[in-house]
Amino acid sequence: MSMLHIVNKSALDRNSLEACVNHTIKGATILMIEDAVYSAMKNTASSSMVEGAMKDVSVAVLGPDLKARGISEEKLIDGVTVVDYAGFVELTTKNDTVQSWL
Amino acid sequence: MKFGISVHEGPYTHQASDSAYFFCKAALEAGHEIFRVFFYHDGVNNGTNYATPPQDDRHIMNRWSELAKEHDLDLVVCVAAAQRRGIVDEGEQQRNGKEGKNIADGFRISGLGQLIEAGIEADRTIVFGD
Repeated sequence: MSMLHIVNKSALDRNSLEACVNHTIKGATILMIEDAVYSAMKNTASSSMVEGAMKDVSVAVLGPDLKARGISEEKLIDGVTVVDYAGFVELTTKNDTVQSWL
Repeated sequence: MKFGISVHEGPYTHQASDSAYFFCKAALEAGHEIFRVFFYHDGVNNGTNYATPPQDDRHIMNRWSELAKEHDLDLVVCVAAAQRRGIVDEGEQQRNGKEGKNIADGFRISGLGQLIEAGIEADRTIVFGD
């Protein structure tokens, strides 16, 4: 039973990513969309939390939202995968359940 | 796979409606079915036909209407949220004595039960909000 967690706010702005990380179990995937894409960047105040979570969960980030914010892929934490909307849809079908952390 | 989509924020203020729209498009392109899109809270403002955004900006409301027409989507606006925010169809216009109606093509006003039903009928329910 795997779960997709969708987060849409930066961890520097709200605590939804932190709450999400604290509730994920091994094998889950966190997808960062909208302003949450800032949390996929390395060398920020929240990147160690994300890197720690990545020992057990996969982290994906929505490419169009990265691009809209001018973030290039080399600024991302190693191991974060970039998906487009088709990849977003695929993540929702590949996982058994989906939770939006609003 | 069948998807239920819930949109909780209005157009132009939050990205939720844009994200939901692009998600629906991608799901339809991949051959999935959108069982229903439910517009809740400020999300009901996506269902007005009284808005005129600048021509060089995306027309979020028309975009939903066009997608609904193309794929026969069921776009449902929450009645209680719509009454608070002045989203009116013919029935609401008569019932509440309003001067006009502004529900956009492809949208209909109904109750929260429609969201519950979408949650039951769909394989996945995805919420887009703030």
